[in-house]
Amino acid sequence: MLYSMCFLLFIIGLYCVLVKKNMVKIVLGIVIMEYAVNLFLIMLGYRLGGIAPIVGQNDYASGAVDASFTQASVDPLPQAMVLTAIVISLGSLALMISICIRTYERYGTFDITQIRRLKG
Amino acid sequence: MMIPLPLFVAVPLAVAFIVPLFGQKTKSAATVLANVATACLLILAIYIMRTGQSGIYRVGQWSIPIGINLVLDGLSGLMLLTISIVSFAAMLFSIRYMEQYTAKPKFLSLFLLMVAGMNGVVLSGDIFNLFVFLEIASISSYALVGFGCEHEELEASFKYMVLGSVASMFILFGVGLVYGMTGTLNLAYISKTIQLAGLNNGLYFALAMFIVGFGLKAALVPFHAWLPDAHPSAPAPISAMLSGVLIKALGVYALVRVIFNVFGVSIPIGWILITLGVLSMVIGVFLAVGQWDFKRLLAYHSISQMGYVVLGVGIGAVVLAQGKDPAWASLAILGGLFHLMNHSVFKSLLFLTSGSIEIATGTRQLKQLGGLAEKMPVTRTMCTIASAAIAGIPPFNGFWSKLLIVLAAVKAQFYGLAAVTVLVSLVTLISFLKVQRYIFLGDLPDNLKEVKESKGSMAWSMGVLAGLCVVMGILLLWEPLREQILTPAVQVLVDNVYSSKIIAMP
Amino acid sequence: MKGMTLIVKTISSWVKMLVFLFGIYIILFGHITPGGGFAGGVILACSYVLIMLAFGRDYTEENLSLKLASKLDCTGALLFIAIALVGFMYGGFSFFYNFIQQEYLAGKETAFKLISAGTIPLSNIAIGLKVGASLFLVLLMLSAFRPSDSSEKEN
Repeated sequence: MLYSMCFLLFIIGLYCVLVKKNMVKIVLGIVIMEYAVNLFLIMLGYRLGGIAPIVGQNDYASGAVDASFTQASVDPLPQAMVLTAIVISLGSLALMISICIRTYERYGTFDITQIRRLKG
Repeated sequence: MMIPLPLFVAVPLAVAFIVPLFGQKTKSAATVLANVATACLLILAIYIMRTGQSGIYRVGQWSIPIGINLVLDGLSGLMLLTISIVSFAAMLFSIRYMEQYTAKPKFLSLFLLMVAGMNGVVLSGDIFNLFVFLEIASISSYALVGFGCEHEELEASFKYMVLGSVASMFILFGVGLVYGMTGTLNLAYISKTIQLAGLNNGLYFALAMFIVGFGLKAALVPFHAWLPDAHPSAPAPISAMLSGVLIKALGVYALVRVIFNVFGVSIPIGWILITLGVLSMVIGVFLAVGQWDFKRLLAYHSISQMGYVVLGVGIGAVVLAQGKDPAWASLAILGGLFHLMNHSVFKSLLFLTSGSIEIATGTRQLKQLGGLAEKMPVTRTMCTIASAAIAGIPPFNGFWSKLLIVLAAVKAQFYGLAAVTVLVSLVTLISFLKVQRYIFLGDLPDNLKEVKESKGSMAWSMGVLAGLCVVMGILLLWEPLREQILTPAVQVLVDNVYSSKIIAMP
Repeated sequence: MKGMTLIVKTISSWVKMLVFLFGIYIILFGHITPGGGFAGGVILACSYVLIMLAFGRDYTEENLSLKLASKLDCTGALLFIAIALVGFMYGGFSFFYNFIQQEYLAGKETAFKLISAGTIPLSNIAIGLKVGASLFLVLLMLSAFRPSDSSEKEN
């Protein structure tokens, strides 16, 4: 159920990309899609009542790390994936915004219906 | 000696970060260094093909599936060779061509980042790493498309970037779904899980996501809108790279790898591939005929030629899934992969000639050109060779791969598909006759009397590719070479042993 | 951008050092506490964003020039690749081989100490340098468009 909500958020972002005419709004649509995917990945690793998969300083000595620890902790791999995805989306977002600004300098508008020199 | 596979990623990556350290005065040193890097990659790739190496490489000595692994098999080797050839030629071409732009070190840096990303995609044995490398290559290509910062380039770059980002998100969603369903990211282990448990609804959904995402990257027809804008807007060596290898490494290679080696072929998926291929072939070529901008025409032909590759692979998938004679399946896949290699050679040659014409005359509108045959004999020869190759005229390489696809379609009793393939080839011929007629024949316009032939590195790089166009037929006809280069790649796709082979490797 | 009022300038000239120091802490302790190269690098860049907001863009460029920042950027990336390639020297051509942990710290009780985990702190430093410099560059570049935009509107 919750997974389908992620997909709904993804679809909202896709709708925003496809329908909106302002360049900045299109970029925001892509950001929404990125967050939908990140949320999905985080939820994949979540466990109901899970604990953080971090081993503290004296946990080995006190016996806190045992089989039940690995049973109860959430999956850390999707979190690593999300971190990587965030870094990548940061890079592409910076590039996208700078292209938006450059386009605004050239055309004087953010409206994609008026930015139409390429045809055919 | 086994070549350490990370070199294919590390060398271009390291040089990409050394190059910007050179200032404006030592620009030529940066250019030389970048050329040396691409030449080294070409030598490494040829060495790998010669010794017929294959194997997996564990990064940081972590065993799979815990660590990240790089996989070299026949298909990866073929793609590596293709990428190295085209990037070598494009880099050689850009020595002179890129003098007209100011920020040359940045160009070299982005170019090498793109090469590193593509090499990573074809070597990666891990689906999330594949995504990361795919993003490296894509982001640098977005920046390269908008490199000139003029009106059209920015517009094309934005369009490409939006659609490319959407495609990446689809792929990442698919990766998440696959991880949720199988609990691993390693391609071999995913494949093993799927072979044991079969496909469920979630995995079908993931497969649909992958087809849309990689289809967008490969510009197959329902998803092709960005390509005719993006490819012509880039500088000519970059157009050659984008059309020549980027859409193949990021789109078709990844799609084929995921479908054949991970999810396994079935009849519906094969028909989806065939449908995408036929649509791309037919629609791409008919849109191309009406174009008057030389590079735009070439871009539409890229869509059409990618259709051939996907069609060949799709016929192979259907034949395999139907359980007919696997010889016909391997014939079809051989045609598809050989066409992939051929297309990257002749299409990058065509884009380089278009750059040569553009730098000499300042225009690429076919109607404003004419009579250049005497003024630019070298470019004319190269362009004629490449046009003959793309149209499928016998001694050149395009003919052999198209012949293989037609033969396989007939043998597999898809007569309609064979007819469509031949028809599209004819329309391609018509379109390139138009190109020859308007650029090189006819009257020379008055403003082009002073046109000079392009010399030096530009002519050399075009010469290398044109030579390949002529002789690449022997890859197919001469058996030792075929066994060395093409057959291992086909076997990777036909034999369904990818996962068991990798898991069993020491 | 001329910068903000005197109060903001005074406060931020104090705070910027704390923010910078915190970024260094996050980078250096990345392998034993949450954080690491990327997070620390972002915080380093943030300290410069603070200067940029308070004092204006020109002052920031005098402080850390574009050329130096782009050189630091490249150095960070090269350092990271170099650390990865050093593993080649320890036999078996293993990329990203954690040679310090395996060869020098093996068998020693180093868990939860600052000098532990082999090459990971070194990689964190390289990543922090790279991310800090490149994010600083990105923000500086994006802020560079502003004056020309507003002047176009006024004309």
